[in-house]
Amino acid sequence: MQFTIEVGRYDPEGHYADDAVEGQPFPAPWDHSPVRRYQTYTVDLPEHAVVLDALIAVREYQDQSLVVRCACRSAICGSCAMWVNGHAHLACKSKLQEFTKDGKTRVEAPASMPLIRDLVCDMTPFWEKHLAVKPWLQNKQPVPPPNQEYRVPNASMEELIQEVSCISCGACLMDCESFAVNPDFLGPQALAQAYRYAGDPRDAETKERLAEYSKPGGIWDCTHCYECVTQCPKGVAPLDQILKLRKMAVDAGFTNNAGTRHADAFAESVRESGRLNELTLMPKSVGFFNIVEQIKTLPSAFNLLRAGKLPPLIHKKIPGVNRIKTIFERVGGRFK
Amino acid sequence: MKVAFYPGCVSKGACPELYVSAKAIAGPLGLQLEELTQAPCTGAGVLSEQNPELGDALNGLTLAMAEAEGADLMTICSTCQGVLSQHNHGLTNDKSRLDRANATIADQGFRYGGTTKVKHLLWMLFEDIGIDRVAAAIKRKLTGLKIAPFYGCYILRPVEALGLRERPERKTYLEKLIAMLGAEPVEYKGSTKCCGFPMATFNREKSLAMGGNHILEAKEKGADLLVTPCPLCHLNLDAQQPDAARVLKKEIDVPIFHLPQLLGLAFGMDPSELRLDHHVVSTKGALEKVELKV
Repeated sequence: MQFTIEVGRYDPEGHYADDAVEGQPFPAPWDHSPVRRYQTYTVDLPEHAVVLDALIAVREYQDQSLVVRCACRSAICGSCAMWVNGHAHLACKSKLQEFTKDGKTRVEAPASMPLIRDLVCDMTPFWEKHLAVKPWLQNKQPVPPPNQEYRVPNASMEELIQEVSCISCGACLMDCESFAVNPDFLGPQALAQAYRYAGDPRDAETKERLAEYSKPGGIWDCTHCYECVTQCPKGVAPLDQILKLRKMAVDAGFTNNAGTRHADAFAESVRESGRLNELTLMPKSVGFFNIVEQIKTLPSAFNLLRAGKLPPLIHKKIPGVNRIKTIFERVGGRFK
Repeated sequence: MKVAFYPGCVSKGACPELYVSAKAIAGPLGLQLEELTQAPCTGAGVLSEQNPELGDALNGLTLAMAEAEGADLMTICSTCQGVLSQHNHGLTNDKSRLDRANATIADQGFRYGGTTKVKHLLWMLFEDIGIDRVAAAIKRKLTGLKIAPFYGCYILRPVEALGLRERPERKTYLEKLIAMLGAEPVEYKGSTKCCGFPMATFNREKSLAMGGNHILEAKEKGADLLVTPCPLCHLNLDAQQPDAARVLKKEIDVPIFHLPQLLGLAFGMDPSELRLDHHVVSTKGALEKVELKV
């Protein structure tokens, strides 16, 4: 079966084939990524072939200059994550037939990572974030070597199987929307690993971890877009793990942040009126005494007022609101 | 067709133009809206994140109310759609969760049997109302307008809860609709991305940059306006647009339409009837292209 792939090429020295076409620059925030040239190849492969098969076929039989990073070819090593039609996927797991659009599949290094050559990006930002969350078990102080292995109940590890499945391919970070505008964000992979260790009963530094992860760049800087859940080839669902960390952090008392204030203000409004009170949510989340941030929100409040969109000053309750209050009380826990 | 109408908090708060325009287009589409006036806020994921059981109970109550109405639940907000879909998916696939939610709402006289379908107006146009009926209601083709679709995360992800594995075509409805109304859909990377709203209170500058970048990309590709099925996206893209322009140090000035407003225009309604004059970013320029005034 014939497949056509359009490969984003990049050579820091600027040598390209004559038929390589300069591509459109990426939109902001990736507009700083080097301009690539796109070269089209046609390969003859079985119908079940994957993107990586095509890339290897090109490198072996058509164009030795093509640089591609891969190893296991079985979705285990995590080295061939790249953009396929603009989203991060493992090339070895992406069937050409499923990705072919208008007769071709576009393959390139993600614009969200520094570029080295052709399909190879520099994973340094990824590994820095990974290490920043201390992805290993920690003891409080040096302890003598144990006489036997540390045993944990099966049930407590079942909670963590999902996170352990991470193969560090970086697909989630490559497509992370918060990372795109905020390079300091720890990102989905690192935070999913953070939960894997914070949630491990053998770890003795849970509180310290939660304090660290609650800082700017941590759990509250995720925009909750589910891109990481969609792109992860191993079902780690990083966003779900970030949400678990948020709950753990709040339960452990790390509540002096806009994220917790926002959740508390949101809950209060729904409990008392059944609905969201947009008028009080922003000031309560920012913190009433955070004058600088309060002032920053004023122009947009003024714009709403001018357009006749400012929510009613007297917040209306839904009919039967007592029912909602009772549900809050009955469920208990935070927000009661 | 009768639907249990769930307008969501924002259409009754900061985006009243969405509520008004959604009610206006119900007639031409043959929708009988039975509004769930006693249904609570979904919690927008914020409540479920800290207290999953509370999320199940509140959304279970809403789903039970729609079930009692004997109709599909219709949303006009991607975020409501996402949260209700996720809880519905959880409650109908995990009996222990359903039992717990039911135990909580039982003495309020409600019980959720697990049969409610949650559907955004956008999905209903194609799956229930039918494109023939939509086409028949068109009185004014929007020819000459280039329109960039902006879906909003929660109508696209997570794919399982939203039924996108079974119905991948849901990812392309906006483009199809835009073309059907006579306008030209703009293809750009930002259409399925995040508007930044969920971060608006935690990290305002990054949130504004996120939304602003997508509008600028659409503008670069020639868009006269963006259309969105989500009022939260609308808040970040329209109400916050002047601030986003300040953060990005670029002129943006692209109007953002709610989905029902776009439909209403094509159905021959007056722009002011659809409250297109109640936007932060003026809709004037875009409307002039189809010889309309606000």
